[in-house]
Amino acid sequence: MAFLSTRRKLLTVLAILVIVVVVTPHTGPFLTLLITRALVFAILAMSLDILLGFTGLASLGQAAYLGVGAYLTAILATRYQFGLGWSFWAVIVLGALIGAASAALFGLIAIRATGVYFLMITLALGQCVWGLAYRWNSLTGGDNGLNLPGRPTFGVAMASDLNWFYLVFGFFAASLGILYLLVLSPFGRSLEGIREQEVRMRILGYNTWLHKYIAFVIAGAFGGLAGVLWATTNGHVSPEDVVLTTSVDALLMVVLGGSGTLVGGAIGAAAVLLLREYLSTLVPWWQYALGGVYVLTILYLPGGLMSIPARMHQWRAREPRTGTLAAVPP
Amino acid sequence: MGPRSGNGAVDGRFWLLQTFNGLSYGALLFLLGSGLSLIFGVMRIVNLAHGAYFLLGGYVALSVIWSTGSWALALPAAALAIAVVGILMERIFLRPLGFDPLRQVLLTVGFAFLFQQGALDIWGGDNMDITPPAALTRSVVVAGLHLPIYRIFMIVLAVVIGVALWLAMEKTRMGAAVRATVDDAQMARGVGIDTSRISMLIFALGSALAALGGVIGGAFLGVYPGLDFQILPIAFAVVIIGGMGSLTGAAIGALVVGLADNFGKALFPEISYFTLYAPMALLLAVKPTGLFGRE
Repeated sequence: MAFLSTRRKLLTVLAILVIVVVVTPHTGPFLTLLITRALVFAILAMSLDILLGFTGLASLGQAAYLGVGAYLTAILATRYQFGLGWSFWAVIVLGALIGAASAALFGLIAIRATGVYFLMITLALGQCVWGLAYRWNSLTGGDNGLNLPGRPTFGVAMASDLNWFYLVFGFFAASLGILYLLVLSPFGRSLEGIREQEVRMRILGYNTWLHKYIAFVIAGAFGGLAGVLWATTNGHVSPEDVVLTTSVDALLMVVLGGSGTLVGGAIGAAAVLLLREYLSTLVPWWQYALGGVYVLTILYLPGGLMSIPARMHQWRAREPRTGTLAAVPP
Repeated sequence: MGPRSGNGAVDGRFWLLQTFNGLSYGALLFLLGSGLSLIFGVMRIVNLAHGAYFLLGGYVALSVIWSTGSWALALPAAALAIAVVGILMERIFLRPLGFDPLRQVLLTVGFAFLFQQGALDIWGGDNMDITPPAALTRSVVVAGLHLPIYRIFMIVLAVVIGVALWLAMEKTRMGAAVRATVDDAQMARGVGIDTSRISMLIFALGSALAALGGVIGGAFLGVYPGLDFQILPIAFAVVIIGGMGSLTGAAIGALVVGLADNFGKALFPEISYFTLYAPMALLLAVKPTGLFGRE
C-alpha cells in the first residue's frame, strides 16, 4: 500500500480492528473461537515478520517459542494451579520471558548463519523443543499433551469465549502497536538496513550480530506470549503445536499476507486458519486449497496479499494513459 | 534407564542388538538422506517434499503389490513413479523459481501438502504395512542374537546402492560433471557442462531413492498419513550432520543418526529426540557445511 499515506494506512488498520471487535460477537461461538485463534497466530506471525520481513532472517523454528510459552502455561496450571486467577498476568509475563530466554539461547547458535543454513539451524532448534515435548513424558505428557483445568477468572470469567476473545484481541492490538513502534524506531530502521545490505551496515559501524540477536529475542518473547494465549484458548497443549508444520505455517502466513508489513502476518494468519479450520468443516478437499495457496502465493504473489492494492493501483493508473508509468509513485 | 540387567552377557547382547538395529535404521536413512543431500548439493534446493516422496513410494508399492502380488516389482515401480513426480516438480516449478531458499521451502511444502491430501484421497487414512516376501521375514541366530533377515537385507541393499552411487560419482564422466556442479555450478556451466540436465537427473535420482526408502521402510515403520512430515526432519538431520551435497557425508550422517536414535530411545527415552537435534544445531553453528560438506 505504498501509494497510501501513512496516516491513511493507520486509519485503515484502525478501522479494520474496530470492525473485527464489533462484528466478532455476532458471528456465533464457532467463528468467535476461530477468530480468537487467528488472533493468537497473528501475534506469532507478526513476531516472525520482525525476523523475516524486517531483518531478512527466514526462521523455520518459530513454533518453538509458541511451544515453550504454551507448555509453561499448561505445566504451571496443571501442577501448581498457578495462573487461574489474577496470577494469569504473571503467566503472561513469564511466557514472554521464557520465549525471550529460549530465543536468547537459540540465537547464540543461530544468528551467525545466513540463508539456507539459518533455515536449517532454526529447524534443528525447533525440533529440539518438539523432541522434548514429544518424549519428556513426566513433564509434558508426551504424545497426549496436557489438559488445562480451564481458563482463568479475574473479576470476569474468561471461560466465556467472548470475554476471552476481547482479552486476546487486546493482546493482539497491543502487540501490533508495540511491534509497529519497534519497526519505526531507529533500531527497526537499522534492522531493515541489515536486511538490505548487511556488509554495508557493518562497515558503517553497526554491530549487525547484536541487532539481529536482539530482534531474534524480541520475536521469541512475542512467540512466548502467543504460546500462553494459545494454550489458554484451546485448553490443551500437545506436541502437535510445536511440529515443523506449525513453523512452516507461520512462515506461510507472513509470506501470504506480505512480509515486511506486520499487518500482513495478521491477514495471512486469518486466511490460513480460515482455510484450515473453517473450510475443513465444509469440504473434504480443504488441504488441496491450503497446498494450492502455498504454491500459488509463491509463484504469482511474492509480495503477498498486502501487495494487491498497490498492484491494482498501478494497473489502473497504467490503463488510461499508457506511457505514464513514471507518474506512479514507487 | 539403562540396560536392565546386571548380567554381563545380557548387557553385551543389548549393546550388540541396539547397534544392529541402529545400523539397519541407518541403512534406511541413507536411502532417504542421500537423495536429499545430492539435490541440495547440486541445486541448493531445500526440498520439504522429500518426506512426501518417501511416503508416496510406500503407497505406490502397496498398489503394485495389491494388483500384481509382487513385492520385487513394487521396488522399481515405486522408484520410477516417484522419479517422474520429482522430475515434473523440478522442471515445471522449481527450476523457473530461481534461487531463493524461502520461496523454495514454501513451494515444496505446498507440494508436500498437496501430495498428502492426494495420498489420503487415493489410499485412505489407515495405517498399512508393506509385507515383504516370506523369505525375508525369517530371522537368523548369530552369536545368540535373533537377527531379522529383513534388517540384514536393508543393510546389504543400502551398501550396494551406496557403493554403486559412489562408483558412479567418482569413476564416470557423468559423476565428475555432477561433482563439478556441486562445487561451482556457474563454473561448470562455463566449461560446457549441461547443469540443467544434471539437476534433472539428480532430482529424479533423489526422489527415486526416497521412494525406495519408503517401500523398504514400509515393512517396519508402516505407511500412514503424517509419516511424511515425521520422517522429514530426520532426513534433514542426516543431511546436516553429514554435510549437504556429499555422498560420504550422507552415509556417515545416516549411521550417526540411526545409532543415536536407537541408543537414545533405549537409554534416555525422555530426551531421545533432543539428543539427536541439539548436536545437529550445535554442529551447524560450528561448521555450517556439516562434517563432509563442500563449500
